[in-house]
Amino acid sequence: MSVAQAVDGAAGTSRGIGVPWRQMLPLAAVFAAAAFIPFVSNDYWVLIATRAAIYWVLVSGLNLMIGFAGQLAIGYVALLALGAYTASVLAAGNVLPPLHPFAALGAAGLAGAIFGLIVGLPALRLRTFYFAISTLGFATIVTQIALAWQSVTGGGIGLPGPELPAPFNTHWGFYYFCLVFAAFCTWITFNIAHSRFGRALIAVRDADVMAEASGISKPRLLATVFVFCGALAAIAGGLFATLQTYITPDAFTFDLSVLFFIAVLIGGRGSILGPLIGIIILTLLPEFAAPLAAWSTFLYAALLLVIVLVAPGGIAALLDFQSRKPLESNRAIVPQPALLDHVLGGSKARGEIALRGVVLSFGGVRAVDGADLDVRPGEIHGLIGPNGSGKTTILNVISGYYRPESGSVTLGGAPLEPGRPVSRAGSGIARTFQTPRLVGEASVLENVMIGGMIRGRASFPEALLWLPRQAAEEGMLRARASEALRAVGLESLAHVRADRLQHSELRFIEIARALMAQPQFLLLDEPAAGLAADEILRLGQFIQEVARRGVGVLLVEHHADLIFDICHHVTVLNLGRVLASGTPAEIRVHKEVVSAYLGG
Amino acid sequence: MLTSILASGLAVGAIYALIGIAYNTMFSASRVMSFTAGQLGMLGGVLGSLFVLRLGLPFVVGLLVTLACCALVGILTEIVAVRPVLKSLDQHLYVLSTLALALMIQHAVAVLWSTEPHPFPRVFGPASGGITDEKFWLPILTCIAAIVALELLYRRTLVGRAFLAIAEDNFAARALGLPERDLRIASYALAGMIGALAGFAGGALLLAFVGNGPLLNFYGFVPVALGGLGNNRGAIVGGFALGIFQQAANFLVGGIFSSVAVFVLFIIVLLAAPQGLFGAPATRRV
Repeated sequence: MSVAQAVDGAAGTSRGIGVPWRQMLPLAAVFAAAAFIPFVSNDYWVLIATRAAIYWVLVSGLNLMIGFAGQLAIGYVALLALGAYTASVLAAGNVLPPLHPFAALGAAGLAGAIFGLIVGLPALRLRTFYFAISTLGFATIVTQIALAWQSVTGGGIGLPGPELPAPFNTHWGFYYFCLVFAAFCTWITFNIAHSRFGRALIAVRDADVMAEASGISKPRLLATVFVFCGALAAIAGGLFATLQTYITPDAFTFDLSVLFFIAVLIGGRGSILGPLIGIIILTLLPEFAAPLAAWSTFLYAALLLVIVLVAPGGIAALLDFQSRKPLESNRAIVPQPALLDHVLGGSKARGEIALRGVVLSFGGVRAVDGADLDVRPGEIHGLIGPNGSGKTTILNVISGYYRPESGSVTLGGAPLEPGRPVSRAGSGIARTFQTPRLVGEASVLENVMIGGMIRGRASFPEALLWLPRQAAEEGMLRARASEALRAVGLESLAHVRADRLQHSELRFIEIARALMAQPQFLLLDEPAAGLAADEILRLGQFIQEVARRGVGVLLVEHHADLIFDICHHVTVLNLGRVLASGTPAEIRVHKEVVSAYLGG
Repeated sequence: MLTSILASGLAVGAIYALIGIAYNTMFSASRVMSFTAGQLGMLGGVLGSLFVLRLGLPFVVGLLVTLACCALVGILTEIVAVRPVLKSLDQHLYVLSTLALALMIQHAVAVLWSTEPHPFPRVFGPASGGITDEKFWLPILTCIAAIVALELLYRRTLVGRAFLAIAEDNFAARALGLPERDLRIASYALAGMIGALAGFAGGALLLAFVGNGPLLNFYGFVPVALGGLGNNRGAIVGGFALGIFQQAANFLVGGIFSSVAVFVLFIIVLLAAPQGLFGAPATRRV
């Protein structure tokens, strides 16, 4: 229990399950300290602090994209430039009638949202490098356009930035305006980070296959974040133009992009405080190291290289004292199946999963060669066979990763859309993986909560502002995830980083995550692999309890004892075909099965 | 006009194709897309100008020293930015490490050399001004020579075949006892020289200019994306096509919109054919 007490104390809420608002304290402290700057220094430092605040408006959004979603946007200065020019041009009125400065800022945000999405399009389908390059390409062309499109942008001569109305037109007024807006951005990105969207972003980054199985649509999620980040970056651009009072293409060098990008990475992935400290340090550094100013970008790049090679966790990892406390060494997993009633919520299956004549080949190999299979509600269906007999392939066909060449996969008579794993969670099908797929940097509780993604109804804007529905839902998800963890017997590790756990614990966390979706069918891919004998026993009892509550279980397993102990029905595969199918008693004496697989 | 579009289009296309091949050479040996590819092209121009114009070395010596320097940069890339992150390829750390190194190269050049474009030495006498000028045919000729040399290397020599084996199946090649690490280093040196050639041959066209680094990074990657990662033929076809497309857009709709056109084309092709026009389909994920 010592671990539980330690982490509950650190989580810092009286109930132990709420959002860790205490993590907001250091952020609030930074902004409170910043509010005193004008009283203790001169206008020059107010200017520097204003610049840091504006940079943070951009970086707070970029942090969600780089630090949480793992999308390496390296040319984000382009959106800063876009926002600066949009706001300046609209406020100056050299194309349309002049707009009010605030309206111009809003329009800049809108433009940023649109272009943020366009630049991000390659990231929705392709690997990281393409996105990095497309933002780089965008950064190079935006400056060229700013130079060449003289009638609008003033070309190399530039144009004045928007001037805000009183009382924001003084150094102090503008500083407080930017500071309050930066604090607002901190608050909304904090909200996103601690909502199901934040967890989904990290899941997409570190375990995208699992994210799909949990019903997280990567394209939709990333598109939302691109729009959000683009808008923030462009608004930052508008404020930047006001700060500069006059903008030329020279103001938007690629060095600035590097600064933003590196601030997030120095800060550390998946943190908000880290990148905030990062941008403050990087904004202040040139002020203290004036002789090195020419080399500053070189030094930033060198710093980036060192961080990547030596301390990929960044500042956030240095500040993560929690994860250095040793864990209790002889931990035992003691599931409490009685809690399953509440976890599963009494949802009833609508029918059975039926496979008919499924064929799938990889290259010349027929991995599945006309297999039939039924998984009925409340029944444990064992799927066994030698290595390479097609067990996992069948599981992947059901969960939508593979598209069968022929044959049908239906649920309650209705076809399951082939090749769309992201739809399965919504159809009531949850799964675990042969190698546990978890987000190592997230806590155990957060990992389990990822499984409840599809149970969330609150939209992204609701999460941004933490509106009542979002707050209620988040509390519900946390409570249910804690309940699921108690059910599998791991509640004492709820707030520990998942990558610190033992292999057997990861297996049970995966099951807890799958149960969070309140599935009607549970697909388990070798859940007993790597477990000790007593753990296998408890796992078996637990699966039986799950099935007793009406969930259909498909169990791919090599432990014959477990299969024969708990299954109602067993299918034996060999070379992609069904060799035998029947009750455990029938299979145990089936001649071909004994000679091909069981031995004896 | 058509001839000028063709002449300048093929010339810049040849440079893009060579940078694309530099990307591919590094990718084949390590599955890493390195941001240093464009910087190598930039270095080819800057070092060529430095050695021949500023230090007054004979042309051939200048070329050889430039090639040697860029080969060293390639090797440095492998040691500093690629080898340490090879084990965590799926985390895309290489994007960051090679980007960091590329930025360091670029800013070292900006500080030590200049941020302004500088002239590049003429190889065959003063400029003629027409489309027969060396700045148009030299890149094309260099590109063709490089392609032929690479084909000979890959098809006719044992080392070249070992390169292909590594590119095809890294694990199997190592199991056969191929010195995977040495071949990787050699590939990076080779990529360095290819990049240097691109910058050197294109010097008269692009000048010795530090800003060419990120530009070539992007325009050199477009043919790779179009042709499929690791596919040299795709990169060559893609490079020339891109060059002609860009120059045609340049002549027809003007400078600003040619870069917009390239960018839009890039995004559209990637969305329509994510694996490139000649690339292999995605591997199994589960």
